[in-house]
Amino acid sequence: MSNVNANLNMKTNVNKSKEEPTVGAKSIFVDANRKQIATRRRIDWLLRLLFLVATSIGVLALMALLIDIVSNGIARVQPELFNNFPSRRASEAGMKSAIVGSLYMLAIMAPLSFLLGVGAAIYLEEYAKKNRLTRIIQLNISTLAGVPSIVYGILGLTLFVRELHLGRSLLSGAFTMTLLVLPIIIVSAQEAIRAVPKARRDASFALGATKWQTVSRSVLPSSISGILTGVILAMSRAIGETAPLVMIGALTFVAFLPNGPMDSFTVMPIQIYNWVSRPQASFQELAAAGIIVLLVTLLIMNFSAILLRNKYNKHI
Amino acid sequence: MQTTMTSLIEINKLNLYYGSFHALKNVSMRIPEKAITAFIGPSGCGKSTLLRTLNRMNDMIPGTRIEGEISISGTDIYSGSVDVETLRKKVGMVFQQPNPFPKSIYDNIAYGPRLHGIRDRKTLDEIVETSLRSAVLWEEVKDYLKRSAFSLSGGQQQRLCIARALAVNPDILLMDEATSALDPISTLKIEELVQELKNRYTIVMVTHNMHQAARVSNQTVFFLNGEVVEYDETEKLFSNPSDQRTEDYISGRFG
Repeated sequence: MSNVNANLNMKTNVNKSKEEPTVGAKSIFVDANRKQIATRRRIDWLLRLLFLVATSIGVLALMALLIDIVSNGIARVQPELFNNFPSRRASEAGMKSAIVGSLYMLAIMAPLSFLLGVGAAIYLEEYAKKNRLTRIIQLNISTLAGVPSIVYGILGLTLFVRELHLGRSLLSGAFTMTLLVLPIIIVSAQEAIRAVPKARRDASFALGATKWQTVSRSVLPSSISGILTGVILAMSRAIGETAPLVMIGALTFVAFLPNGPMDSFTVMPIQIYNWVSRPQASFQELAAAGIIVLLVTLLIMNFSAILLRNKYNKHI
Repeated sequence: MQTTMTSLIEINKLNLYYGSFHALKNVSMRIPEKAITAFIGPSGCGKSTLLRTLNRMNDMIPGTRIEGEISISGTDIYSGSVDVETLRKKVGMVFQQPNPFPKSIYDNIAYGPRLHGIRDRKTLDEIVETSLRSAVLWEEVKDYLKRSAFSLSGGQQQRLCIARALAVNPDILLMDEATSALDPISTLKIEELVQELKNRYTIVMVTHNMHQAARVSNQTVFFLNGEVVEYDETEKLFSNPSDQRTEDYISGRFG
């Protein structure tokens, strides 16, 4: 009995739902709550405005900064800026020692951090067993990438300047900066290596390749542009760093070129910092000119990183 | 069963575990030389797993454990004295998706020989040509050897991968659903190619496609849940299976 009832109920339900769509189709437009729709539109519009303002503030602040610096400093971007050493007289001062110091540091730091960083990334991605220890190391590296740079300065001061007796030298500075950028390089190189499809490794192993043959002939060629992109970005971060070098005692006034890795040194951002802290207007102009040089350097480095990345994307 | 043929691969009471999962259960078979053996069965039945034990590609999956014995021309390939790189040189593999290296056609073929120490340009040139001819790709690509392998169509890429496997001079060629990513015409070309290759190589292929097994293979093995249900001459297995489950599978009642 009850079974039949249920069946009957179902039938009436089916009939109802068959009729409803025609009624509903009209009501969608007729009965819509106009007020509610208007409110939603207004919220949409307001938020759109809010986001536009947020974007504009960022862009405008940056533009203002750039315009201010360029208008202050462009007149001082002259050959003297590159050829002269710092001087007490603003009219004669240049940043030759700072530019050369930055380049020397880059020359030591780039190969060192490349070898250590890429080596660590290869080990972690290709060789290390995926166990607890590896995960802890991984977590540590990611955390280290976010540690404030001054902390690396303290480490460099203790380890390189004092314990290893390297003094306030170019070498101490380069080593400290290497430690600073290592986590960034390791993480980005790991990502580049991980992006190489497993099928490409399998193809290599199936032909009888050893681990290292697979890494060196298949994995690295496929990921090298991605790795280099990360290295360049890390280098451009290092070039702009001041705090750790101030900490290990890079000088602010260097009127000579470093002769070797054990000499004292200065770098571009420190020279700029030094000029900015002078009260005279002419030194402010010099600082602005220094910033222009630093910015152009950074732009060139980031642009080459973008070029490399595009080349990489084309390959895949 | 194969009285006329000598068996090249002998599998004896093989058990394989992925962690606690028992993926292959007590598998025993003899795979004859210079013939095509097809592994069929539904997904997850262990056919690809067994194929990958033959060149020890399973070694790289953590948690894999193996019991039993696989010997190739009389040598236990899981014994300590066997060098896995040498084994893989002798047992080539073609994968489901064409997986050429992002290199030129020439460098793809030369990759294997270079791994094993061949540097001489002339020797490499010869190997590249013979391998491409064996894979019936030479006529199509001989003028474009410097072009990227990615400029080839999917079917051509798969034949390139076959040529690449042949370039290290293997005895056995494993094909892991090598045509499942290809269109029917490319599939047909590969099937024709495989027919030719069996005169020189022992071929073991995994296929999802029963009709393909029936078309190209000499022996067929039917797997179910990690066990070998039936192993026979292809003609016999498809026309007159001795196990009910085989009949159900080949008549499309499941899988």
